Amino acid sequence: MKVARSLLGKALVVVEHNNAKVSPATLAAVTAASKLGEVTALVAGKGSKSVVDEISKIQGIAKVLAVDSAEYEHGLPENFAPLVKKVQDENKFTHIVAAHTTFGKGVLPRAAALLDTQSVSDVIGVKDENTFLRSTYAGNALASVKSSQALNILSVRPTSFDKAAQGGSASVAQVAATGESGLTKWLADEVDTSGKPDLTSARVVVSGGRGLKAPENFKLLYSLADKIGNCAVGATRAVVDAGFVSNDLQVGQTGKIVAPELYIAVGLSGAIQHLAGMKDSKVIACINTDPEAPIFSISDYGLEGDLFDAVPKLIAGL
Amino acid sequence: INAEYMGTPSECLFFFEMTLKALVSIKRVIDYTVKVRVRPDKLGVIKDNVKHSCNPFDEIAVEQAVRMKEKKLVGEIVAVSIGGPKSVEVLRGSALALGVDRAIHVKLPSDNDDVESLAVAKILHKIAEKEKPDVILTGKQAIDDDSCAVPQMLAGLLGWSQATFISELEVAGKTAKICRETDAGMQRLEVSLPSVISCDLRLNEPRYAKLPEIMKAKKKPLQEITADSLGVSTQPKIQILEVADPPTRAAGRKVKTVEELITKLKTEAKVI
Repeated sequence: MKVARSLLGKALVVVEHNNAKVSPATLAAVTAASKLGEVTALVAGKGSKSVVDEISKIQGIAKVLAVDSAEYEHGLPENFAPLVKKVQDENKFTHIVAAHTTFGKGVLPRAAALLDTQSVSDVIGVKDENTFLRSTYAGNALASVKSSQALNILSVRPTSFDKAAQGGSASVAQVAATGESGLTKWLADEVDTSGKPDLTSARVVVSGGRGLKAPENFKLLYSLADKIGNCAVGATRAVVDAGFVSNDLQVGQTGKIVAPELYIAVGLSGAIQHLAGMKDSKVIACINTDPEAPIFSISDYGLEGDLFDAVPKLIAGL
Repeated sequence: INAEYMGTPSECLFFFEMTLKALVSIKRVIDYTVKVRVRPDKLGVIKDNVKHSCNPFDEIAVEQAVRMKEKKLVGEIVAVSIGGPKSVEVLRGSALALGVDRAIHVKLPSDNDDVESLAVAKILHKIAEKEKPDVILTGKQAIDDDSCAVPQMLAGLLGWSQATFISELEVAGKTAKICRETDAGMQRLEVSLPSVISCDLRLNEPRYAKLPEIMKAKKKPLQEITADSLGVSTQPKIQILEVADPPTRAAGRKVKTVEELITKLKTEAKVI
């Protein structure tokens, strides 16, 4: 992707990673940053050399700033924000960008406060170096905003930007660590290691709601997902609250925002807050016994029927 | 002074020294059930004659503070809300009526006025400097602006630990063990106090106000101040050029059978 030479901006992307690989969401942030000017990536972690190597080969990255130190192992904002401030003070970027994920949400606003900057969250479009489109009111009001700040700090929605491809060759420079803040201690991460497709980047998503009636019925959706392939399973807030599935499956305004090629909504009515999380999907299909359910009004294909009858038929017929 | 605690003067003093002080920040927002519509002048959304209520995540923060007070972990709860005249409704109805001791209304000229997250954080910072809370609790994001920034910014300004998107909170002396909801699942942290805590959905289920408490709320102290009096400017750094409706999806069609659905997905939509 060519970067227009007229762009005078210098953007810093704060890379999200697990010390082994760059997160897919960060690759979307790189694309957004590329619209602003020359892109530098900041990798802070512990034992994260493979992350540095990977990001330095991503198209659009001109430079990588790296620091490897214990305090950055778990993405703690109390340790990351002072680092971002220091890197900013030393380099005077015009933009600091990260993905609007748990990590980005934790670090960027804290860094923005240290830099006395009003950050812009959940950016879904970049018009120019000062003008951005962001989502408000659960995606029901899209605000076009213009900043007069010398520094702009943006957290971008990963599904709104293509992931930057490989093919770059960036130089790497080491930066000094800013130390352990001593404010917060990481105890544990309880994450799903089953290797199932990631909800925010799967090509297809199948989601279940209250119509599933019991936790064990989610097996049906997992079977459907397996049959389809590269398909993740999502859920509504209601079934997460009820303990049917874990919170990281929640799709919605304050859960995950997804925009897959195909979203199949099974036994869910389509509350405003759920729609906010999936209405940008390319194709939406639904299965519901209630013909008045709001989900039908945004579905390209709606099947009025019993999911316990339809889903097994779908699995068999695909 | 918490009039409910009947003890000797020295017992009262001991109580306050051993318990934490909680500051809870709440926001009056358009109710989550409302289908929000963009204004004809496209500079905002229609708010006149539209149902408003306390931001749901802030209700969870209030509930958490009240539960901590019931467990005698917290001695005094102060609620603050930054907003126009009608914000007193959420301070009385969603805070004072639920067990919060007193309230501070940082009054904006109009109910249609918005304040950016950084300015909100600066206002809360000034209030915290005066009130000296041990924990500041608020919702993880406001469902109108969806910025999800104030708690993190406030923690940065204060130099405190931040515990965001929490679903579990266990205070133990000078630290708190928290569980928070993340993209990948859950994360457990131990944060030092004082701390800024932002509450997620599953932390608790807020109670409803009962009539005796609603009556008592009318007599609880509610102080009105301005952002100016705190030395904080509410001048926006970001200008809203236009607020637009999201792209509408074309109405779809109903299919009659699973077979028809499969055919359409394969041959028409070509996604399978």
